[in-house]
Amino acid sequence: MNSMTRLEYVGTRSARHTPLNIVLFIVVALVLTGRASSQTTDSTSGKNLQDDTALPSAVWEGDERIRGILAPTTDFSRAEKFELMQGGAGTQKTNFDRNAYSQETAALNFEHLQTFKLGNALFNKLWVASPASTQASDGLGPFYSARACQGCHIKDGRGQLPVSGEKTASLVLQLKNEGNGNWGPDPVYGGQFHTSAVPGVKAEGLVGMAHTSLFRTFNDGTIHELHKPAYHLQQLAYGEIHSLTRLSPRLAPAVHGLGLLESIAADHVLAYADPDDSNGDGISGRPNWQRLEYGHRALGRFGHKAAMSSVREQNVHALFTDMGLSSSSDALSNPQGDCTSAQAICASLAHGDQARLGQGEAPDKVVDLITFYTHNLAVPARRNVSDPQILAGKQLFYNSGCASCHVPKHITSRDVEQDELQYQLIWPYTDLLLHDMGPDLADHAGEGDATGTEWRTAPLWGIGLAKTVNPNTSFLHDGRASTLLDAVLWHGGEAQNSLNHVLDMSKDERSKLVSFLESL
Amino acid sequence: MMNSRLGLTTLATTGLLLASSTIYSATVTPSEVMGTYADIAQAGYQDALQTARNLKVSVQTLIAEPSEQSLEDARTAWKSARIPYQQTEVYRFGNAIVDDWEGKVNAWPLDEGLIDYVDSSYGADSEINHLYTANIIANPSVTINGQAIDANVITPDLLSSQLHEAGGIESNVATGYHAIEFLLWGQDLNGSDAGAGSRPFTDYDVNNCSNGHCDRRAQYLSAVTDLLIDDLEYMASAWASGGEARTALTSAGANAGLAAMLTGMGSLSYGELAGERMQLGLMLHDPEEEHDCFADNTSASHYYDGVGIQNVYNGIYKRVDGSIVSGPSLKELLAATDESLATELGEDLQTSVDALKVLLESQLNGQAYDQLIAEGNTDGNDMVQSAIDTLVYQTRNIERAVVALGVAGIEFEGSDSLDDPSSVFQ
Repeated sequence: MNSMTRLEYVGTRSARHTPLNIVLFIVVALVLTGRASSQTTDSTSGKNLQDDTALPSAVWEGDERIRGILAPTTDFSRAEKFELMQGGAGTQKTNFDRNAYSQETAALNFEHLQTFKLGNALFNKLWVASPASTQASDGLGPFYSARACQGCHIKDGRGQLPVSGEKTASLVLQLKNEGNGNWGPDPVYGGQFHTSAVPGVKAEGLVGMAHTSLFRTFNDGTIHELHKPAYHLQQLAYGEIHSLTRLSPRLAPAVHGLGLLESIAADHVLAYADPDDSNGDGISGRPNWQRLEYGHRALGRFGHKAAMSSVREQNVHALFTDMGLSSSSDALSNPQGDCTSAQAICASLAHGDQARLGQGEAPDKVVDLITFYTHNLAVPARRNVSDPQILAGKQLFYNSGCASCHVPKHITSRDVEQDELQYQLIWPYTDLLLHDMGPDLADHAGEGDATGTEWRTAPLWGIGLAKTVNPNTSFLHDGRASTLLDAVLWHGGEAQNSLNHVLDMSKDERSKLVSFLESL
Repeated sequence: MMNSRLGLTTLATTGLLLASSTIYSATVTPSEVMGTYADIAQAGYQDALQTARNLKVSVQTLIAEPSEQSLEDARTAWKSARIPYQQTEVYRFGNAIVDDWEGKVNAWPLDEGLIDYVDSSYGADSEINHLYTANIIANPSVTINGQAIDANVITPDLLSSQLHEAGGIESNVATGYHAIEFLLWGQDLNGSDAGAGSRPFTDYDVNNCSNGHCDRRAQYLSAVTDLLIDDLEYMASAWASGGEARTALTSAGANAGLAAMLTGMGSLSYGELAGERMQLGLMLHDPEEEHDCFADNTSASHYYDGVGIQNVYNGIYKRVDGSIVSGPSLKELLAATDESLATELGEDLQTSVDALKVLLESQLNGQAYDQLIAEGNTDGNDMVQSAIDTLVYQTRNIERAVVALGVAGIEFEGSDSLDDPSSVFQ
């Protein structure tokens, strides 16, 4: 651990200065670094969108040292201080292979390490159908998408599209029906379409995929093909799906850094929201909210539409919906999981709820351990953070306005239960808010307050290692993007301006941008 | 730094031309140590294979002439087969080839209801109290994961390819040691009380068949035992000279090889044994949250896991036939760098083996693992917790050994600049 010198951070001036001073500073910095940047020479890309990423005043209001650190950089000649440690003090700097996402946060003490390992065991555990001797492990299903958390969060990372004739597993189709005025489950098939079931029970069916081509044309004439998936249900085993039910495809995201994301103060997340686009920058991030049992609502931040307010909530919903495991919360207490009354076979099956082991098939002790594990998976360090190509790519990222939604830096709250998560400078590249991403990416299915065209800004930290951890993975909410460049080119809606910047880039610039993303 | 000291040691060795491997020289090389590690793996898997073949013979006898005695003999052969296999578990952590293969032979918990009849008293009451009938032994055709499986003839191929889902996303847990265990003992319906599974030998007697489908049960038992032998044959040859596991290790280089050894020791001690297999069950108070849950053989399995860790460190393995495999050891290598740590770690390993032996002796004297972890059995719980504590304790010194030998991951160099990107915000 480096000892801190009491030196002021040398970087962007604090936001106390007027906008004019910031613009002057940028110009001066550019002159000093002697670099001809795309913003001054490329007349077609228009306004430098980086000017719009000023730090909102409500973020760590009054603390000028912190605000100075959090202000978006304007100096791309070198890496920023702390930039390599993108997961804060707990950043792991030892594994950049297939285990890159599977390390415990480096900050964990030896005693907590055992808790982490117990949680790891539970995360890896293959749950079995009831009845079984191993009562702590039974209760799977009857319908499920995977039998272990690892089944979808492969190597603690992203899921993957089916490989060579397999059926879909870590790509799930959630079912959203607006029949009652609110978005809810399908009346027969429930909240998710399950392609697996316990022995003797028919799975709900299979998922078919077809693709159509979309094209993006760069200003240099290069044409880039994208593949838009369409999903349909096959071999429906329990009758028709409701005519108003939408299919919402969801690929499992990686699970590192979640405790840190949860530790960003809600007010600081909300500070970035601008639902009416008051500042006229074309970006209108909105929060999603989770309604909790006791009548409260909490800021959503997890899941592809930010519907879940905490890692624990995300976990118990996943245990229930993806694996058919009940837990102690009332809403998720049905041991038959996501099985509706229309699926009569469920009522006749044994289940894994044993009172002496605690309430639910996954009792609190089990949920606590899984939650500790998923709170404490380390973020891998940045690679090649000072490489000139990557710094050039970083500048392109900022100049294209990407940082408006993929907000690079946050500092977590001091008010967090676990020491290791408190007061950490983290670089997740997300504002955790919902954004309209345009018609091409829309699933037309709402969730909580999220509409059918909105998605939460995905965190980008660690994304450069996704294919090292699992070569079969792919990007965006349903894995439709095989490469990071594909993912960028899918952006639309609020991101249209940024996309236009990218389409204006030369081949060399595109390559630099991708190098930057791969270094995250 | 550490690496250059090791380099000096290597130079000294070649200079002195030490040859004999029976002298415990202070100057061993990493590649010699890795050679011993691979030799012990090879011997271990060969022993596991041989004892599995012995198991097969006793299984064939059980099927041909079912009786109390032939069932008892098969059970004894199964327990004997666990002894060398458990000592190889340390190789699972640190060798991807072993880790990827392990699920086929040692997966747990089992899909009991998928394999054979289960008692309806397991699982909470359902509205219709019925025996779980969707099992392969009872059904020539069964739906698994939404697909119809033709199980008319139960063969090793049916079990390994048709039940096994591709991509490692869903695996059948219907093969390997514990599947054989389940078929020999049946479910342990005694909970926290004394007694293991008590499957009658007549479950295999086609002339006086209990619980139906004796012919198919015999087919399953035979097929799953053959499959275990096939799987062990693969791993034994993978550690032979030129085999993929040995080659992967040697081609990875000294640093990676030592890392694999120490990772194996540490992961098995801490995460797997102390954590998942012991602490979790104790914490959850589920008597069957134990690996050899049908045979009540868990204490023995844990003991031989501990011995296996010690084998790797000391570079010594006692084979099933009594002969010894040994060679330049990790202990000697570590002693050249930090003698007191090397001694201390050696003592820690012996302490944990001794603590695990207490559990083994308890099993041999009639108090099995599930009784020890039962709610209310304070003495038993304490015995298990003590063993856990010794395994946790040794992990600290294993970690110190990692640092002492210089095999920790590549550290990032901090720069001298004021704006060091690798500094930590406080």
